[in-house]
Amino acid sequence: MLITPAIVALQGIALSVAGTVLLASGFAGRILRRWDIHSGSELQLRMERQTYLISTLLGFALGAELLSLLLFVHTAESLSSQFVGAMCATGVLNVNAFGFPTLLLKIAVFFLAALWLLLNRVDNRGYDYPLVRVKYGLLMVIAPLTVAEGVVQTSYFLGLTPEVITSCCGSLFSSESKGVAAELAGLPPWPTLVLFYGMAGLILIAGLLFLRWLRLGPLFATSSLLGFGVAITAIIAFLSLYVYENPNHHCPFCLLKVGYDYVGYALYLPLFAAAALGLSAGVIAPFRRIASLQAVIPSEVRQLTALALIGFGLFYALATWLMLRSNLVLLG
Amino acid sequence: MRAFLERQRYLIDYTLAALLRRKTRNLGLLLVYTLLVFLFSSVLLLSQGLRREAATLLQDAPEVIVQRLVAGRHDLAPAAWLDRLRRIRGVSAVQGRLWGYYYDPAVKANYTLMVAPERGLAADEIVVGAALARVRQIGVGDYLGLRAANGQPLPLKITGLLESASELLSADLLLLSEAGYRALFAIPPDVYTDVALTVRNPREARTVAEKITLALPDSRPILRAEILRTYDAVFNWREGLAFLTLGALLLAFMILAWDKAAGLSAEEKREIGILKAIGWETGDILRMKLWEGALLSLTAFLAGYALAWHQVFYAGAALFGPVLKGWAVLYPELQLTPAVDMQLILVLLAVSVLPYIVATLIPIWRTATADPDAVMRG
Amino acid sequence: MIELTEVSKTFNQNQPNECRALRGVSLRLERGGVTVFKGPSGSGKTTLLTLVGCLARPTAGRIALDGRLLSNLPERFLTDVRRHTFGFVFQQFNLIRGLTVLENVMLPAYPLGRPHRELMDAAHALLDRFGLAAKATSKVEWLSGGEAQRTALARALINDPAVLIADEPTANLDSALSREVLALLAELAAQGRTVFISSHDPLVFEATQINRVIEVHDGQIAGDRRC
Repeated sequence: MLITPAIVALQGIALSVAGTVLLASGFAGRILRRWDIHSGSELQLRMERQTYLISTLLGFALGAELLSLLLFVHTAESLSSQFVGAMCATGVLNVNAFGFPTLLLKIAVFFLAALWLLLNRVDNRGYDYPLVRVKYGLLMVIAPLTVAEGVVQTSYFLGLTPEVITSCCGSLFSSESKGVAAELAGLPPWPTLVLFYGMAGLILIAGLLFLRWLRLGPLFATSSLLGFGVAITAIIAFLSLYVYENPNHHCPFCLLKVGYDYVGYALYLPLFAAAALGLSAGVIAPFRRIASLQAVIPSEVRQLTALALIGFGLFYALATWLMLRSNLVLLG
Repeated sequence: MRAFLERQRYLIDYTLAALLRRKTRNLGLLLVYTLLVFLFSSVLLLSQGLRREAATLLQDAPEVIVQRLVAGRHDLAPAAWLDRLRRIRGVSAVQGRLWGYYYDPAVKANYTLMVAPERGLAADEIVVGAALARVRQIGVGDYLGLRAANGQPLPLKITGLLESASELLSADLLLLSEAGYRALFAIPPDVYTDVALTVRNPREARTVAEKITLALPDSRPILRAEILRTYDAVFNWREGLAFLTLGALLLAFMILAWDKAAGLSAEEKREIGILKAIGWETGDILRMKLWEGALLSLTAFLAGYALAWHQVFYAGAALFGPVLKGWAVLYPELQLTPAVDMQLILVLLAVSVLPYIVATLIPIWRTATADPDAVMRG
Repeated sequence: MIELTEVSKTFNQNQPNECRALRGVSLRLERGGVTVFKGPSGSGKTTLLTLVGCLARPTAGRIALDGRLLSNLPERFLTDVRRHTFGFVFQQFNLIRGLTVLENVMLPAYPLGRPHRELMDAAHALLDRFGLAAKATSKVEWLSGGEAQRTALARALINDPAVLIADEPTANLDSALSREVLALLAELAAQGRTVFISSHDPLVFEATQINRVIEVHDGQIAGDRRC
């Protein structure tokens, strides 16, 4: 195992996230069993106060998860000199089987924590805590995921023994090799480009329809998630090529390097935010029939949707600009 | 939106006033917090600077170095190797290198001796590193007396000093001529310490190395990438150790932060009671307290980071220098080049601000959920 | 306007030191006028006022404000109702030391996020009205008893509440100042606000400006007299 400050820090974050979320779900468990909004008993008052703690803990977990996601990618990047054949983060994540699962778990926890906080925000505005069961049920899903993230991440770092020959992004994301990642990289540029912009159109249409008819929540949630997937695919398949101006470098992580003006941050932050907001808006909309939320949800959901559309808009605008600016000619 | 911003502004206003009203109480925590950030960022900035320095130096190093192994130990390489290596496809240049160490009892230190043919030194001329000149208190024009392998003193005239831009490696360096080197160590003319290769395409270095092991079975090719990796590993390891040591301090800090957040003075408890009674909600108090933490963290973070930056890049890194550079008599007195690194800032946030929040979350919540009717009942 | 039905409040439930501060109180409070809650300390009159003023929730029973049920609202909403409907003047004035008179008056409005300019103007207007304009920037610890009382009154009115609740407003004042405060409260009632006072000071419940006296004893209503 390697001991570097970044690894120590990442393990610390994983521990504190799992700890806080477990603590929160401990309180939540009792709330699920004993909650009675009509009671004025001291237990009920205490539990209502604990809801403040739970949402604060979850807010912390979301922030920590975001930090951890960024740090994880940067750490993988900085360790690339330690592994033969690894030239950037991709290679280091491939040193053992736990690298990419750790990353995916972090992304999943991030999205779920964001969804939870937005649900909580809406719930807090209904005078009878209408979403208590939904919210704490979701928390019971997040809790094991944070533990799994900690375990998988620990396995990953324990398995990091330098001098293992790994593939770098040149081989993992290059057209000749096999696997999901390679297939993403090997996608033909033209159809992928069409898919990419087609998705933009779909999100926009779904968003506008959703703003008009709130029952289309599932449609918008799905297209937001799908849009996120397509965007990542597009980054690997061709967007990265334009940024690196190299027809064979498909890495989605190198974008975060200083050498490319940290353009990755400008791409990923609106994309992640938009996907999280869009997903949440779609999930929250169906609860608009609850009496205490009738007045709250429509405006809240429309606001989230508008923000999600702005986020996607920023992402697509930047992506388009990057392609136009590039000297690389991929599509004759 | 406007009301939201106004609300945050009011909360910050109130928090700032409250912090200033209890200056002495908060100053202690702020100092410890700043110290923590300062120590952590000193370690990080220093090792990051050293790592970059090493990488810069190695940029000009040969892609492959070939050593001869005898009984598993490094031995002198025969001059005949040069021709055989030159014939390997992909190798563009081959140079025999002569170098070694010399122990100087006068200063109880090892010098690194290297033959520098490109400098065109005469047999009795040398160029020395700045640190070496400093310790021996000699300069250009002086003579440095070394004891040759046969026991005879060998006076060498200093004709120049190495500029200190890359002092990490040149501190104890002594450059001399091939004739001078062979005379000093009594090394026959048909051998070299090792052989440096330039490879036409650096990506092929590994293939070239494989061919060399086939052609010269008693040789050991060393790739530049491997040296870099070793450097990185050493720095990572030392940095990790220094970090674990600071872990104890971090724990103490967390306990202090918890204690400060949990042990409110009677006056402060009364204030929060009043705020709740006159219409502040639990969430408002929570936000106010989180703003307090944020302001404290921001101050400590900026102050600690700036202090560390100054310490490492402008004040010679006296603090962790010995641990991270390794122990040696001739300390390199290097000036590291400042650079901002995203990863470093993320790590720093994770080991200072994050633990602070973890330690204070629950006490803050306890404070915020005080009974609004306590003021009337009290 | 405010209706309490079979309201009870118990502290330290299911513990040896359990204390039933209110036992099944039913009460109707109308808009307007000055109502005094009278009773010895420990009688439950303060607890009753905290329930009426949405500072706490009853353990059992129902409380409704203008027909809207409040007794099972979470604290978050109760606070919201409270800060728009009720203003409080506490026995010890409970001003925050170290802050100026003006800042103390503005405090209850902070969580509402009112524009700063508007809030400052409102606070200055109240200070003018209570003759505190000259003291606006002095720290509250330098105020006399009467000035502190008037500052507390201004603070209670900053969010323009319909109801003003004063807990033992004369407890820390001499009789001249007590009369002055009563006059101020009566004036507010005359302007259309509802005023609730808790007190065990004869000076208060024998005053001419009082419209109703409710006597509380051992957590129950012992008398209800309109005057």
